[in-house]
Amino acid sequence: MRARLGTHMADISLHINGSEKKVSVPPETPLLWVLRDTLELTGTKFGCGAGLCGACAVHVEGSAVRSCSTPVSQVAGKSITTIEGLGANGLHVLQQAWIAEEVPQCGYCQTGQIMTAAALLAKTPNPSDEQITRAMRGNLCRCGTYERIRKAIHRAAGAGGAR
Amino acid sequence: MSPLSRREFVAAGAAAGAGLVIGFYLPHGSPSSGKEIFSPNAYLRITRDDKVTIVVARSEMGQGVRTALPMILAEELEADWKQIEIEQAGASTLYGDQTTGGSASVRTTWDPMRKAGAAAREMLISAAALTWGVPRSSCSAQSGRIVHAASNRRLSYGELVGKASTLPIPTDVPLKQSKDYKIVGQRLPRVDTPAKVRGDAVFGIDFRVPGMKYAVLARCPTIGGKVLSFDDKESKKISGVSYAGKVGDPAVAVVADSVWGAMEGRRLLTVDWDDGPNKDLNTAAVMESLKRAAAKKGASLYSVGDVTKVSGRRVSAEYQLPFMAHAPMEPGNCTAHYQGSKCELWAPTQVPQDCRDSVAQAVGLDPDQVKVNVTLMGGGFGRRLEHDYAVEAALVSKAIGGPVKVIWTREDDMRFSTYRPASLHQLSAVLDAAGWPVAFTHRIISPSISGQKGQPGPNEIDPDLPDEAAFVYALPNVSLEYVLAETAVPLGWMRSVYALQAAFASESFIDELAAAAGKHPLEYRLHMLAKDQDIQYFATTWRTARMRGVLRLAADKAGWGKPLPAGCYRGIACFGCFASYMAEVVEISMENDVPRVHRVVAAVDCGQVVNPSIVEQQIPGGVVYALGNALRAKITIEKGRVVQGNFDDYAPVRIDEAPVVEVYAVQSTEAPTGIGEPSVPPLAPALCNAIYAATKKRIRALPILS
Repeated sequence: MRARLGTHMADISLHINGSEKKVSVPPETPLLWVLRDTLELTGTKFGCGAGLCGACAVHVEGSAVRSCSTPVSQVAGKSITTIEGLGANGLHVLQQAWIAEEVPQCGYCQTGQIMTAAALLAKTPNPSDEQITRAMRGNLCRCGTYERIRKAIHRAAGAGGAR
Repeated sequence: MSPLSRREFVAAGAAAGAGLVIGFYLPHGSPSSGKEIFSPNAYLRITRDDKVTIVVARSEMGQGVRTALPMILAEELEADWKQIEIEQAGASTLYGDQTTGGSASVRTTWDPMRKAGAAAREMLISAAALTWGVPRSSCSAQSGRIVHAASNRRLSYGELVGKASTLPIPTDVPLKQSKDYKIVGQRLPRVDTPAKVRGDAVFGIDFRVPGMKYAVLARCPTIGGKVLSFDDKESKKISGVSYAGKVGDPAVAVVADSVWGAMEGRRLLTVDWDDGPNKDLNTAAVMESLKRAAAKKGASLYSVGDVTKVSGRRVSAEYQLPFMAHAPMEPGNCTAHYQGSKCELWAPTQVPQDCRDSVAQAVGLDPDQVKVNVTLMGGGFGRRLEHDYAVEAALVSKAIGGPVKVIWTREDDMRFSTYRPASLHQLSAVLDAAGWPVAFTHRIISPSISGQKGQPGPNEIDPDLPDEAAFVYALPNVSLEYVLAETAVPLGWMRSVYALQAAFASESFIDELAAAAGKHPLEYRLHMLAKDQDIQYFATTWRTARMRGVLRLAADKAGWGKPLPAGCYRGIACFGCFASYMAEVVEISMENDVPRVHRVVAAVDCGQVVNPSIVEQQIPGGVVYALGNALRAKITIEKGRVVQGNFDDYAPVRIDEAPVVEVYAVQSTEAPTGIGEPSVPPLAPALCNAIYAATKKRIRALPILS
């Protein structure tokens, strides 16, 4: 009964970027909008709302997920990391590589690209081109920065990207 | 000024290239100048603490203007780049036309930014000379300081603020020679990169006003339709939904205290639509109407010799292109706060002044009562040359009496865009006995973007065509003709605009001629460019030598003529637009009838390069954008409605399809010309020419994978 959704609030406890946040929202609200509107963590972007572009990628228990298509109730109590919390001590090695390679143009998709790449490097510290392609295929960039994204991932991997 | 005449203004000025820069306007004498601040013009403020603030009066949508434009001013100022802080101008009356489009930001501000920096530099030199009691000629400006070498004295710009502010502003200032450049031409890192990587860059969609609500609009899905009535009973059951109301004739806004609430409220809204006059419109009918329009005589864009009086072997072909959508990553949005006697907007826009004027008219204020702040943009590609999102936000804010952010979904962006016009191209040529063309005719049959927006231009020639449809080959008989066709489908300027259509048709056809003559595509083009010649096309003087230069450069770097691995093929194309020259060599293989692009070698002559790193971003960016356009981009209309909705049925290029792109820029000291768009047009013809090389099949309609 979809039409009845959105009418009831729920108190949900979220573990985001190492701290606990309590929110009161309809439980089916996508995580994306709770991050952006409720918690003001706007580094996570809205691109398609359908899991097609990856601009909204965040980590849940270390894996990259599409926050636009993940109801907040599903991640209650789980460990969530957004771009704001990626570098525990300053910039993550991938963010440094992104700056060194001057990846962003408009920059809108780049936080999602970085979060997806970080999940890749956490599991595959030294990915091949093929592994990068497979991991990053879900992330769109309309400015066409793909080549530099690839270079930045290799650079970060060379610098110990799993950190 | 309307948005259109503003764009026309930019295009006309930019097309003129080095000599004439329309849109040049250097506002003098800021009232803030004094003891603490030296501000000889509206682009620049220097404070006693040695902070140099440069104002950027164009919009940053990824093309690097927040870095490139200040570099130009800082060069003439002899500033230390580390001193520079950037300020984004909102809609203003101080900077002339602020439209960001037509690959024009650098080329139209090259003179004003240089003169603004040079005037300040000269005043600072005078201030130091007066302070020391020495001749001006014995002082020089170096990296944020005035130096008197003879006495080894120096004063920082900050120390000279008070004195410099008392001096008259010079009107005629010497500009530096390019050989003396220290900042222009350097690979300076973009100023906006770190924030974009950290995630704290503020795009339009991220901007917040305290107490702000969110609105999502239900728009009539049929082009030109209207709201008859709506029922918001179910919508208002959604937590946080506070308002639903009409926005003009075609839309209903649902307002909530979260984006998700507004989206859910819209989902539950019931609207009775009047589908209006286009309820039976479909794409096939549009293409038929183009074919009918082709029977009309058009307006001449360019003519030399007489193509009708040439005899020989005639070759003809027809090409066509579909409607396309910009689809920038950041969907449409705008934040507005209407407060009775004023209205403030935070807009990701390429046209802040048009947003100001259109909003003023829509909400019943004077333009000077509307303040437009310009945010970062998650891509533009021309979509944000419209003002629809701003007007919607202002109207909703007025209706609810408080601040509101209007957000479009991806489906809204796809279905309520303004589309690259579909077009038909009739080409014919006459070849002499040796197979060289002696007459060339290109008839462009297309709806007019500007015409649809109420400003058709002289002879109904869309004012964009002068920048986007030149034919830079020296042939004795050439006719370029434009035939206006009408359509109800909303039209807009999409990256490279008509140049994409013109280049696809023209550069594919040149390849056909070479094949018909049994000659190689590169040799054929070079033959038509062999003679040094100026080609005057509207306000731009095109030089065959410069086109020859990029064609040779791209071919050399690509190893044209050298063997490729088995199964690999090359195609080449060149095109001039936005006053720049571009050539591309595309290497492909065919996999199950689908082209796979491995490598693109791109050569550009865009005059003086301001920042090579930005050029090396823009060109591959344009190539990847163009590859998506060529392979799959197609907006279709059924029953008056746009069929495509998201990135599944309108699928851009992803990392697995992105080729390696090599960029080579001709070293030049000519005034800078466009760089955001010129790499788009040659890609599709170069790719289709490679497909011909591989398969002997000629692709005459885009998209390739339709």
